[in-house]
Amino acid sequence: MAITVTEAAARHIEKSLTRRGKGIGIRLGVQTSGCSGMAYKLEFVDAPGEEDQVFECHGVRIVVDGKSLVYLDGTELDFVREGLNEGFKFNNPNAKAQCGCGESFSV
Amino acid sequence: MALLQIAEPDAAAAPHQHRWALGIDLGTTHSLVAVVRNGAPECLLDEDGHTLLPSIVRYADDGAVLIGRRAAGQTGAIASVKRLMGRGYADIPNLASNTLELVEGDGMVRLHTAQGVKTPVEVSARILGALAERARARLGEDFVGAVITVPAYFDDAQRQATKDAARRAGIHVLRLLNEPTAAALAYGLDRAAEGVFAIYDLGGGTFDLSILRLSRGLFEVIATHGDSALGGDDFDHRIYCWMLEQARINPPSPADIARMMRAARAAKEALTQDESTRIALTLDSGEAIDLTLSRATFFEMTTLLLEKTLANVLAALRDANLAANDIDGVVLVGGATRMPHVRRAVAEFFGKEPLVDLDPDQVVALGAARQANILAGNRDANEDWLLLDVIPLSLGVEMLGGLAEKIIPRNATLPIARAQEFTTARDGQTAMSIHVVQGEREMVADCRSLARFELRGIPPMVAGAARIRVTFQVDADGLLTVLAREESTGVAANITVQPSYGLTDTEIADMLRASLAHAADDRDARALAEARLEGEQLLAATASAIAADGD
Repeated sequence: MAITVTEAAARHIEKSLTRRGKGIGIRLGVQTSGCSGMAYKLEFVDAPGEEDQVFECHGVRIVVDGKSLVYLDGTELDFVREGLNEGFKFNNPNAKAQCGCGESFSV
Repeated sequence: MALLQIAEPDAAAAPHQHRWALGIDLGTTHSLVAVVRNGAPECLLDEDGHTLLPSIVRYADDGAVLIGRRAAGQTGAIASVKRLMGRGYADIPNLASNTLELVEGDGMVRLHTAQGVKTPVEVSARILGALAERARARLGEDFVGAVITVPAYFDDAQRQATKDAARRAGIHVLRLLNEPTAAALAYGLDRAAEGVFAIYDLGGGTFDLSILRLSRGLFEVIATHGDSALGGDDFDHRIYCWMLEQARINPPSPADIARMMRAARAAKEALTQDESTRIALTLDSGEAIDLTLSRATFFEMTTLLLEKTLANVLAALRDANLAANDIDGVVLVGGATRMPHVRRAVAEFFGKEPLVDLDPDQVVALGAARQANILAGNRDANEDWLLLDVIPLSLGVEMLGGLAEKIIPRNATLPIARAQEFTTARDGQTAMSIHVVQGEREMVADCRSLARFELRGIPPMVAGAARIRVTFQVDADGLLTVLAREESTGVAANITVQPSYGLTDTEIADMLRASLAHAADDRDARALAEARLEGEQLLAATASAIAADGD
C-alpha cells in the first residue's frame, strides 16, 4: 500500500508548510459526501494520530488514516495548473467514476 | 476534476491556543468590528478611540484612498454604498436624489470616482480592509476569518457581493449572518430553549423589523419588514424643519443647512438625557437662532415617524401570523433606539420592556463576534449549555440496496441542521420509508438503527422525478429531528429521537474501531451494493421502456 506525490506537488506542499510556519506534512483522506459518493480532503497535519499511516515521498510526509487508505491506495497526488486555476489533483486508480463537478468520485 | 487546496486541520483549536475571529457589522452608515476576548465579545477601537467607522470611502485626486471619518463630508465621498451592493443600474430607485455618480455596468452598477470607475464591491472591500487592519493592530496578531452580517432581506446577489468584498479585502468569510440573528445572539437568546423574538432595528437611514423563531438552538427569520428610507436622520430632519419654522429665517445657504442639521442632531442626542435642550447658532447671513426644544415637543413632532415604524412591525407580525403578545422578547438595535420615546413606544406596543443592556450600535457586531468565535473552534469553558458539543457518530439514512448515506458527519458541532435531497426509485412510487441510522460503516446492517418512519402522499411520478428533502436537525441537547418533505406538494413527516441515548463511551469507541477494522470489507460491500443497485435500476428502466414503447 502506498501513496505518492509528484515532484511539483511535493515542492508546493513544502512551500505551503513553510508559509504556514508549522505542520509535519499533509493529510489525504476521503469522506463520503458529494454527488458521486466520496470526496477528497486535503489538510495540513500537525501531529499524526494512532490510526494513521505515514508515507514519505520527495521529502514530504503524507499522512493517511486507515479507513481512507483503502480508497486511496496507489493514488498519486499531483499539482497542476489548469487555465487560471492551480491546485492539487488526485490520480486515484480506485476511482471509477466522477461526478460532473469533479468534487466527488466513486469506487 | 476540481483542483484542491490544502486546508487547515478541522480539529478544534488546541487548548490555550486562541484563534481570533472577527464579527463585522458592515452597515449602511457605520461599520464595526468585534472579537471575543476572555470569553466576552467586545468592539475594537480605532487609534482615536472610536468604535464606529463611518461607511464612507473617498478616492482622492492624488491617488490616496480615505476611509471613515477622514473621508466624511468631502466632495467625492462615497456613502451608503451598501444600498448598491449586488444591484443593477435599473434596480436603484431615485437616481436623481442620489449624490453618487452611477455608471451603468455589466451586472452590478458602478461608481464614478476620481480614480476611475469602481464597483460597490471594491468600495465595500475598502471598508472591510480598514476594519481588518484595525483588528490586526489591536490584537497584535492575525485572525482566521470573520462573520459578516447582512440584512435578513439580502438576496443571493447581495450576499455574494458582500462575500466578494470580503475576499477582495483578504478576509476569510466564516459565514454571513443575518443582522437580526446576530442581535439575538449578542443577548444570548440562543440559550433559551425556544421562543419568538422581534428585532427592532432603527439605524441612521434604514428601519428593519425582523421576527425570529428559535427552535433547538437554530434561528429562523420568519418575517421581515422595513423601510429603507426611514431612520435616525429623519428625526434630525424634523428638528431642522421645526427650527426653520420657529426662527422664521430666510432660506439658508448649504453651509448653514449643514450647520443646522448638526445642531439638530446634537439636540436629539441631548434629549435622550435631558428634558429640554437649547439650540443656539448664528448663520452666515448674520441671523441668530436661539431656541429651546423640550422633550414633549420633540416627541410630538416625530410621532408620525414612530407610527411608521410600528406600521412595519404590524405588517411583519401579520406575515408571521402572530400577535404582539406572542413575542417572547424584543431587542433594540441601532443608535436611534436610544431615544426614550422610541423605547417607550416599542415597550407599549409589545407589552414588555425591550432588551437594551447592550449598546444598540454595537449589538450586531457583538453577536457576530460570538458566532465567529464558535466557528473558529474556540469554546468557552463557561458555556456549559453545550453539554454534548459534537456528534459522536455520523447520522444518516438507509438508501436503496442497504447503503448508509451519512447526512451529518461525525464530530459535527452542535447544534446543526443538514438537508439532502432524495428521489423515488420506482415509477409511481407514493410512499417512502425513512430509516435513520447511526454509525460509520457503509452498510446499514452494520450501523445502529435509530428510527423508522414513512412519508406518504408523494404524487405518482416517474422514478427520479420526485424531490424529497430530508432534513436532519440536532439541537444543543443532542436531540435529533428528522423531517422528510416532498417539495412539490409539501407533504411532510417527521420523527424525533435521542441519537446517543443508551450508548456508553466504550460502545462508541468500539463502533469507531469496527469501522476502521472493516474499512476494506465495507468498501467491497458498498461496491457490491452499488453495482447491484445499478443493475436493478437498469432492469427497471428497460422494463418500463419496453412497456411504454414495446409495440
